[in-house]
Amino acid sequence: MIRYIIRRLLISIPILLIGSIAAFFLVAAAGNPIGELRAKPGVTAQQIRDLEISLGLDQPIIVRYWKWLVDFLQGDWGQSIALGQAKVDIFDSVMRALWITARLVVGAELLAIVLGVSVGVLAAVKQYSIFDYLATSTAFLMFSMPIVCVAVILKTYGIKFNNLLESMGLDRWLSTVSPAAGGFKGSFGEQVFQYTGTYLLPTLSLTLISFAAYSRFQRASMLETLNSDYVRTARAKGISQRRVIFRHAFRNALIPVSTLFSINAAALFSGAIITETVFGWKGMGNLLVQSIRTFDPYMLMGWLMVTASLVVVFNLVADIMYGFLDPRIRLA
Amino acid sequence: MPSDPSPVLNPLQPTGLPAAGSPTVAKGSEFDATKARKQSTLILRRFFRHRLAVAALVVFLLICAFGFLGPLFWTVSVEDTRSRGYLPPSGAHPLGTIQTGKDMLAQLIVGTRLSVQIALVVALGSTLVGVVLGALAGYLRGAVDSVISRFTDLMLIIPQIAVAAILVRALSGSWYTVAFILAAFAWMTIARITRGETLSLAQREFIEAARAAGAKTRWIIFRHLVPNMVGTITVNTTLAVATAVLSEAALSFIGLGVQSPDTSLGLIINENYSQITNRPWLFWGPFVIIVLLSLAVNFIGDGLRDAFDPRQTKVRA
Repeated sequence: MIRYIIRRLLISIPILLIGSIAAFFLVAAAGNPIGELRAKPGVTAQQIRDLEISLGLDQPIIVRYWKWLVDFLQGDWGQSIALGQAKVDIFDSVMRALWITARLVVGAELLAIVLGVSVGVLAAVKQYSIFDYLATSTAFLMFSMPIVCVAVILKTYGIKFNNLLESMGLDRWLSTVSPAAGGFKGSFGEQVFQYTGTYLLPTLSLTLISFAAYSRFQRASMLETLNSDYVRTARAKGISQRRVIFRHAFRNALIPVSTLFSINAAALFSGAIITETVFGWKGMGNLLVQSIRTFDPYMLMGWLMVTASLVVVFNLVADIMYGFLDPRIRLA
Repeated sequence: MPSDPSPVLNPLQPTGLPAAGSPTVAKGSEFDATKARKQSTLILRRFFRHRLAVAALVVFLLICAFGFLGPLFWTVSVEDTRSRGYLPPSGAHPLGTIQTGKDMLAQLIVGTRLSVQIALVVALGSTLVGVVLGALAGYLRGAVDSVISRFTDLMLIIPQIAVAAILVRALSGSWYTVAFILAAFAWMTIARITRGETLSLAQREFIEAARAAGAKTRWIIFRHLVPNMVGTITVNTTLAVATAVLSEAALSFIGLGVQSPDTSLGLIINENYSQITNRPWLFWGPFVIIVLLSLAVNFIGDGLRDAFDPRQTKVRA
């Protein structure tokens, strides 16, 4: 098992390396921070030249890539070279943003998996019941929803709900802006109040979309296993309904869902980009949008490398999950 | 618009049964009246029995008609900024005006058309690239397979929306640029599926026979392999349309997708979502069209899946 994990991680190193070359050229080709300065009147060629030299943009791209790679591997991710902004350390800003996003995304994804899988199993076991119709049509609707609109609608009704609370003489509960710096304060009850208020709406908007995909997938694969021969055999042997569903069918039905989980890992960040924009969180999404706006090459590289590595890790997790769910899939 | 509110599944409807040899034909004279039906006729018949899918097709066509034929009936120019901004709905502006004084209905018509165009280009483009690469990898195996598969892996590890946003910022925000960029990062799923199907199809005798007869790779792929995968490909293309609608909306919403003078449903939402409380019609218009569009396309995809593979009915989610 450990050998398998190490081997898989070793295989992913060349992929990440080639990915970094592709990303570096892409980012460099897209533009650079002083590109827009050129078009401005009153900026002399000499000034631009000086700026280029000071930012190291006068060197050939291969040289820049090599320098970046050597520094990057040594843990020096460089500094932001976007104009008109303080030169922040890239490692720090990416990690800070990742921490904010991770707290949101991990919770939302776990909630979506648990809810989606249970609803999918229930809908399959009680096929064509009212619950099944309700769950399937909700999932279908959410599956077709742009996450933008879900977030905007949740935010609007969140504000209305807050106003309602205020008119009843209570505190505003749901937060529709970025979480306050410095964490939550006060007694335990107050902290829970603040925590739920801050996370509820963004988590809900991420969960609803992922939930739809999980429950659809789970229902389909659960139905397939429930109708398979070995489940019929198990029933014929007189094994109780509960045991058939959970021990025989459920475990096998989870396999396609773990594939979805690994695909979702990358998509989750794009969902988070929108949710963060709507709710004003300063996470990975916000960092990406800002860096693209200012053509901040090294910041974008840091961002892309972190997300790419995360996807690699999630794919590995999904593959290990296959091994646990289906012993026939040997990880060697 | 007639959005069908009935549940997703329609189990009592016998869409799953093979439609061949309907009883009325067989009754008269058993031998000469049984007409041979082409595969495509069978599939179409099965599709049209799927009431929900047909309703979805009608909705989809209505939305397309709104976008493409709308300018014939609503002649207010989308560029006309003479009106005041944020006018409430009235006879002159049935959906009011946006901040810059442009007519909302005219905006919606153009936005719908461009969103549909983007989605279709993305779906068709990514399918073409994905099918060709997947079939090549699955049929030729060996080095070609390794290169294509590793390339697919590489493309899959970078978040599509991030790279697309970088490229849009660098190139331009016209609708076709956005469409081509989205297509360039959407072919991986279909490539993987095609490769898998090709791997198993390539083992069959008819492919071997074709090869023995001296058929070239291109001939085998387009004449023998692709026609046998047409069901999978069609269903995935349809679903790709729905995904593309949502991707475009997401990209345009963060301001790194379609940009003025072009417009799209995502951009309209971006420009107007802050008005959801004060002027709700500016938000709900584009929202309803996006949801109907992607719902309709998803239903059509489901109907097609059943039509191509009757066994699928019982496991459809």
